[in-house]
Amino acid sequence: MIGLTSAFGAAGVPFAATPFIASWNPSASAKAVGAPVKVDITKLAPGQQIQVGWRKQPIFVIRHSAEAIKNLDSSLSKLADPNSDAIDEPYKNQNPTRSKSSEYSVLVGVCTHLGCSPKFFPEVEPKSWDASWTGGYFCPCHGSTFDLVGRVFKGVPAPTNLKVPPHNFKGNILTIGEDEEMS
Amino acid sequence: MSTITKVFDWVNHRLPIQNTYERHLSKHPVPKKVNFWYLFGALAAVVLVIQIVSGIWLIMLYTPGEAAFASIEYMMRDVDYGWVIRYMHTTGASMFFAVVYLHMFRGLLYGSYQKPRELVWIFGCTIYLAMMAEGFLGYVLPYGQMSYWGAQVIISLFGALPYIGESLELWIRGDYYISGITVNRFFALHVVALPLVLIALVFLHLVALHEVGAGNPEGVDIEAHTDQDGVPLDSVPFFPYKVLNALVGIGVFMTVFAIIMFFFPEGGGYFIEYANYEEANPLVTPDHIAPVWYYSPYYSILRAVPDKLGGFAAMGAAVAVFFVVPWLDRSNVASIRYKGILSKIALVMFGISFITLGYLGTVSVTEHRKTMSIICTVIYFSYFLLMPIYTSIEKTKPVPDRL
Repeated sequence: MIGLTSAFGAAGVPFAATPFIASWNPSASAKAVGAPVKVDITKLAPGQQIQVGWRKQPIFVIRHSAEAIKNLDSSLSKLADPNSDAIDEPYKNQNPTRSKSSEYSVLVGVCTHLGCSPKFFPEVEPKSWDASWTGGYFCPCHGSTFDLVGRVFKGVPAPTNLKVPPHNFKGNILTIGEDEEMS
Repeated sequence: MSTITKVFDWVNHRLPIQNTYERHLSKHPVPKKVNFWYLFGALAAVVLVIQIVSGIWLIMLYTPGEAAFASIEYMMRDVDYGWVIRYMHTTGASMFFAVVYLHMFRGLLYGSYQKPRELVWIFGCTIYLAMMAEGFLGYVLPYGQMSYWGAQVIISLFGALPYIGESLELWIRGDYYISGITVNRFFALHVVALPLVLIALVFLHLVALHEVGAGNPEGVDIEAHTDQDGVPLDSVPFFPYKVLNALVGIGVFMTVFAIIMFFFPEGGGYFIEYANYEEANPLVTPDHIAPVWYYSPYYSILRAVPDKLGGFAAMGAAVAVFFVVPWLDRSNVASIRYKGILSKIALVMFGISFITLGYLGTVSVTEHRKTMSIICTVIYFSYFLLMPIYTSIEKTKPVPDRL
């Protein structure tokens, strides 16, 4: 009788806990926000970066100079995962920029370590965090570094490369948040 | 019999007021010789009361959700004395940690965790843990830049856990970023759930303490010599001796508290960070993210480990290791006064590493500072992990019989 009562009571615990735990999940309205955003990239000069907000996350759009693209392979040995094998890379092996374009990179600007937004330091010059800096991103929070296309360097806290969001280019309009032009 | 006595008797037969008062306050025996290190427990209790009272008033002025930042500006500018109430609470947070760190250091200094006070120590460590959670949640509530990005970093820590990490992060936030939804739930935890836990833990801490009695800087067991009533010979009753003593300490403490609250509420950016006077912006990380001073040693340890999960584990271990100190110390004496030279060196090194880590956690990372933080992290853990060795091999001095 005691056993049965205890078992009955114990069986009720997960049922009683469910509403308390489930109510912490993102609500329907929180999920609904997050439509794709469109950006006109006409005015972006080579070497420049702009930042766009999508789902309240910073998205980095970089237009690389031809020289920067050529130099991408020069720091290959310092990268932890140069071919993005460790993450789910959407446009793998299409372009060295990791995007759908051969000139632009599109990156989720959220450090894969603890979620800060890395800063853009495109210049090739010695930095306090790296004497042989070849341009890229530096995270001010915990010192993680990434190259110009968001690939993580070895020996930093961030475990993986910056993510590439779904996107497409149509003329000078970049759409972030969807793969194919819908209309 | 007067009416008042009659009423008192009536109640006392139904509720153990007089008994409890005598046992835990007026006649409670405390060691007759202690020093200023023994004040910080009482001061922590005073700050707890300040936090509860100022906190209740803050709730009256504060709006949770994404309107939070505006409500902070409102209470600071439009409400009469609103700024005092808020600065009382922010100063109280820093002072709470200050007195608790000193209180904990007293424990390490005089072996307060040793048998039979292991449970007192463990309840204390749990209070510290609850305080860290409470402080973090509270820091998110103003929804300033540092609230946002500090929370982003701390919540992302859970993302380091294998398999469940990312969905756990989403579940904690309840949104894809730290939104009003997140602020609302943190508000509920900060003002209701954790204070209840804290008060319960403080109660247990005190009940356990009164069961075994307070320690003393000599590490003498005063229970060994008692009079015919079982009262230790080397003790004095709590009232009036300890009460008056504590009141002097409280007076000094309140003066310091008031000076900070009125003249240096931001504490040079250490108590309230300047970036938090800007509203949260999910798209821009401030150039330099640092935690408030009381978390910075652990933040340094996190940064010292170049691995996401490893850093999280090291930071957790740095706090968790306090819980097992009673079983790491193998010394036959409690107080540092009678311990050997190894224990003294170890404690000094630990103190230096803790303060250095604290400093490093508030400044930006450079290669040199990273090396420093790795060295200090090693010293920090060595203090604990080598304790069974150095406390058992060193030569201790004989402890006197009486206090």
